[in-house]
Amino acid sequence: MKRSWNPRTWLGFVLCLAALVSYPTFFARYPITRDFPWATLLLMALALYLVASGALRAFRRPDAYRGKIFGSILGVLSVAIVGLFLFGIFHLTRMLPASHGAPQVGQLAPDFTLPDSQGENVTLSNLLQSPFPTDGAAGAASGKTAAVVLIFYRGYW
Amino acid sequence: MRSFQERLPDFNARKIRVIAISVDTPQESQHLRQSAGYTFPILSDSQDNVIGRWDLVHAHGRQDGADISRPAEFLIDSAGIVRWANLTEDLRVRARPEQVLHAFDTATISNR
Repeated sequence: MKRSWNPRTWLGFVLCLAALVSYPTFFARYPITRDFPWATLLLMALALYLVASGALRAFRRPDAYRGKIFGSILGVLSVAIVGLFLFGIFHLTRMLPASHGAPQVGQLAPDFTLPDSQGENVTLSNLLQSPFPTDGAAGAASGKTAAVVLIFYRGYW
Repeated sequence: MRSFQERLPDFNARKIRVIAISVDTPQESQHLRQSAGYTFPILSDSQDNVIGRWDLVHAHGRQDGADISRPAEFLIDSAGIVRWANLTEDLRVRARPEQVLHAFDTATISNR
């Protein structure tokens, strides 16, 4: 009897790759799938199941299914991909400085002056004391600035 | 920052200015504003002056080994006092605009 093609291992491996790639390109865009990557982990669990069951099928019934060698290779690669993802998620992205010297709640925020994207100097204390800019389109009422949210970010390069 | 852009009307209604800061040059920041559609100002701290004084430097944080800012968010009232701060332990997990709005609404910051 002709041994049948064993698509499960391949499907699982492709799904594993897709899960890895879709995290930075898609799921990381939304906090609900980024902060804890449950969607990616579910996809990877399904991928590992497919690869493992396909490879096991090839070993248990080598007369019926092909893919002992490829199943093993793809299995190792899939485990490596999942391991890489877990290492990145639970270790690499947490290597941040403690920043114990950052301004604490209740403290005065150190004043500063920095250029904006037009090259105009902007001073924090001036922002806090100047009237809130009126936006014609939004129709926001003018008045004192109530607060400033500062978002420090890593930048794009 | 995309989520803050989306909630900008809620910040405007409370007269809260949203300001972003990174080590990118003004030109790079302007490019980001245009490509991402951000209408809030982005300040450029390319010399790490403010990021250094605020102890937010992530040494060699960039892939090319340059020092950059760690992610951090601060809510500062009109007297210059920090009313809320978020120093994430995981760079994937950032403050959500709802957290800042909630902090503002519950901190009884003077809105006169």
